[in-house]
Amino acid sequence: MAIQVLIPTPLQKFTSNAASVDLDATSVDELLQALEGHFPGILARLCDENGKLRRFLNVYVNSEDIRFLDNQTTPLKDGDEVSIVPAVAGG
Amino acid sequence: MTVTLSHSTLTGPTFTGLRCKECGHAYEATARHVCEDVCFGPLEVVYDYDAIRARVSRATIEAGPTSIWRYREFLPIEGDPIDVGTGFTPLLKANRLARRLGLKNLYIKNDGVNMPTLSFKDRVVSVALTRARELGFTTVSCASTGNLANSTAAIAAHAGLECCVFIPSDLELGKVLGTLIYNPTLMAVKGNYDQVNRLCSEVANTYGWGFVNINLRPYYSEGSKTLGYEVIEQLGWQLPDHIVAPLASGSLFTKIRKGFDEFIKVGLVDEKPVRFSGAQAEGCSPIAQAFAEGRDFITPVKPNTIAKSIAIGNPADGPYAIDIANKTGGNIAAVNDEEIVDGIKLLAETEGVFTETAGGTTIAVLKKLVEQGKIDPNETTVAYITGNGLKTTEAIASAIGEPFLIEAQLDSFNRAWERAQALHRADWDTIG
Repeated sequence: MAIQVLIPTPLQKFTSNAASVDLDATSVDELLQALEGHFPGILARLCDENGKLRRFLNVYVNSEDIRFLDNQTTPLKDGDEVSIVPAVAGG
Repeated sequence: MTVTLSHSTLTGPTFTGLRCKECGHAYEATARHVCEDVCFGPLEVVYDYDAIRARVSRATIEAGPTSIWRYREFLPIEGDPIDVGTGFTPLLKANRLARRLGLKNLYIKNDGVNMPTLSFKDRVVSVALTRARELGFTTVSCASTGNLANSTAAIAAHAGLECCVFIPSDLELGKVLGTLIYNPTLMAVKGNYDQVNRLCSEVANTYGWGFVNINLRPYYSEGSKTLGYEVIEQLGWQLPDHIVAPLASGSLFTKIRKGFDEFIKVGLVDEKPVRFSGAQAEGCSPIAQAFAEGRDFITPVKPNTIAKSIAIGNPADGPYAIDIANKTGGNIAAVNDEEIVDGIKLLAETEGVFTETAGGTTIAVLKKLVEQGKIDPNETTVAYITGNGLKTTEAIASAIGEPFLIEAQLDSFNRAWERAQALHRADWDTIG
C-alpha cells in the first residue's frame, strides 16, 4: 500500500503520461519531495520559490481540500488518495 | 465540419492567442485554461486592439444584431456565432427602488430575462460553445450550480452538440427540470459545487470534452464582458459611477471591469472612475471575509446558504475581485439568507422584477451599502441582476403569503377584500 497521487493532464508530461502514481510519504510536504525525487522538475511547477504550493492549485486528500486540513503538513497514511487540481471558474 | 464565412470573418479574427494573467507566458488559442508551462495561473484571451479600433465604431455596433454578437469583434471567435438571441437585456431605470433606498440614479441590468435560459450564463455559454465548435468538440460539458447547466444544455441542443452536465444533487427543482428538458446527460453529484468542480477537472483530464468552465474557460469568461459593454451603450455611451454585482467565482466582476476598460481603450467611451462593489451571501462569503480582513488571498469555505447559484466556497477569481474593489474604492459585503429573501421581495415589489437568490443578494448588499453611506445618492449606480426568480421559488415560498381562497360569490370576495385591506394596512405600519 502507498499513497495514490492523481496527476492533472498538464503535469503528466513529467510522469510519462501516467494519470496516477503511487508513492510513499507521511505528509503532503513529504509527498511533494517524493514527487520531485521520481519526476525531476515537477516541484517547480507545483510550488513557488519558497516551497509554498502555487495559489491556483488545489490539493485534496481523500476529497478534502488540504486548506481545511493542515495544509502542506497534512499527514498521510497508506491508502490515501491525493489529487492535484488546477483552480477552475464557476457558475 | 464546414463553417460559413461571413463578410466580417473574412477580415480575420481579432484575437491572437492566450496569455497567463499571472506571469504573462503565451499559449496558442486552443482548449486550455491554466498556465501549464510555468505557474498554473489562469489564461486570458489576447486581442489585437488596433484591429478592433479600426473595425468598430458606435455606429457599427448600433447597426449590429440585438444580441451579444453586436460586440463580436471583442469576443474570441473566428467564424459565425451560435446566436440564440443572447444579450441586450433591459437596463431599467429603477426609480421606485431608488426612492425606497434613498438613491437618485439607480439602474437595474436585468439578465433575469436573458435568452434562452434566463440568466447571464447564456452570454458565457454562447461564446464558449461557438468556440467549442470551432475547436472541433462534439461533446460539451460543465460543472454548474444550476444556471450554467440550464444554459449549456439549451444552447448545446440548439447547436446539435452532445451534452453532459454535472450539478450538486441538492439543487432547486426548477434548475434540475430546466436542464433535463433539453435532454442532456445530467449527473447529480452527491457533494457541493466545489466537489463537483473537482470531479469535472478529473473527467476533463480523461474525456476529450469541451468543459465550458474548465478547458474552455478563457473563451467562456469573455462572454461576461458584454454586461459591461451593454451598460455603457444603454446609458447613452457613458460609464456608470458605481456598479454592484454578485460574486461567486469572481469571474463576472472582473469581466465587467474588462468590458469597461476595453471600450475606453478603443475610444468608444470617455474614461472616468467606476467603483466596483461585490455581493456575497454570508453562508458562502470567502471573498467578503478576505476583503473585510484586508487579505489578498482566499481561505475556502463550505457553503451553507439559500443562494446556491453563487455558493462557490473556493472562488478561482476571488483575489482579482478583491483587487478591483480595492483599486476602485468599492466594497465587498455579505448578507444573510433572510436579507436575501427581503432583497428578492423588495426588487419585485418596487420594480416588477422577480430575481433569484443571487439577485436578492445583490439588492440586499446594495441596500446595506447605501445604509452604511458607501454609495453616494447622486452616483449613477447599476445593480446587476443575473438570474430569474422562477427558477428558485423554494427560496421565497414561505415568505410571500398565500392567495385568498374564496367562493365564486360576491359576498365571499367582499369579506376577503376587507381582510386584504387590513393586512395591507398592517404591512404599511411595519414599513413605517
